[in-house]
Amino acid sequence: MQSLTLNQKLGRFIVNWVFLFLVWLMFTSTLFWQEVLVGAVLSMLISLASIRLFTCCTLSIFNPVKIFWMVWYFFVFLKLLVVANLDVARRVISPSLPINPGIVKFKTKLTTNYSKMVLANSITLTPGTLSVDVIGDTFYIHWIDVETTDPEEAFKIIAEPFEKVLLKIF
Amino acid sequence: MSILEIIGGVLLVIGSSFLFLGGLGIYRMPDTYNRLQAGTKATTLGGMSLVLGVGFLEPAWIWKALIIIIFIAYSNPISSHALARANYRRGHYPFIKSKDKENMDAYQEVVPHTKNKEDKL
Repeated sequence: MQSLTLNQKLGRFIVNWVFLFLVWLMFTSTLFWQEVLVGAVLSMLISLASIRLFTCCTLSIFNPVKIFWMVWYFFVFLKLLVVANLDVARRVISPSLPINPGIVKFKTKLTTNYSKMVLANSITLTPGTLSVDVIGDTFYIHWIDVETTDPEEAFKIIAEPFEKVLLKIF
Repeated sequence: MSILEIIGGVLLVIGSSFLFLGGLGIYRMPDTYNRLQAGTKATTLGGMSLVLGVGFLEPAWIWKALIIIIFIAYSNPISSHALARANYRRGHYPFIKSKDKENMDAYQEVVPHTKNKEDKL
């Protein structure tokens, strides 16, 4: 595991603290000061103990531009999730079962592990695709209705709408 | 009946119908990967809107419902990826309909096929 500078450690610590504290607030759903205090202390201890484990992002994640793109990503994702469900519903209901499955691959420009994880998860939830494996920067995708086996075109169809937003976030 | 109850009820109906379609998909699809496709997508949206519907019916739970939705969105695709990968490495190769069987399976460059045929379930 790579060694971290003090700045990176501090950034991760603060990001983890804020996220854990938000989860605590949502779970308890109260602003009673004793609960909030216990939550703050506990989430601080957990984020101190797990600096090396939760490596999602540094302080730059609180940049307003990035937050805007995260919200944008959420809506892109939600739209494609609904489309995916209608697509599955159509395939399941139609008597002839219109599928033409296969596994295709493509390469991504994303570098960090976390962003690749987000991309793979999003691909799984979008119409007709399921990520089977990620090795380095190559994604192997099971496609329920293969339109092309060429990596570049497959990338354009499957991953481009997500990746151009993810590149702005990470 | 308040407006919140109506929204909650509609969300419950939408969620349960997507879950039903997911179950139907698992029954009808020919192999593991296609079953995972149907199962993952339908249960993700179905589960999300069910939990959100419960949150609307019982407004005190709405924050917990949102947390559960985030966890579903994170964990569902990871579990289906793990199942698909393990299934392939265990030697169950995808069912391929088209004539061009060699090019339709790009993952065999990583995990070479050791059995002769795709074995259907």
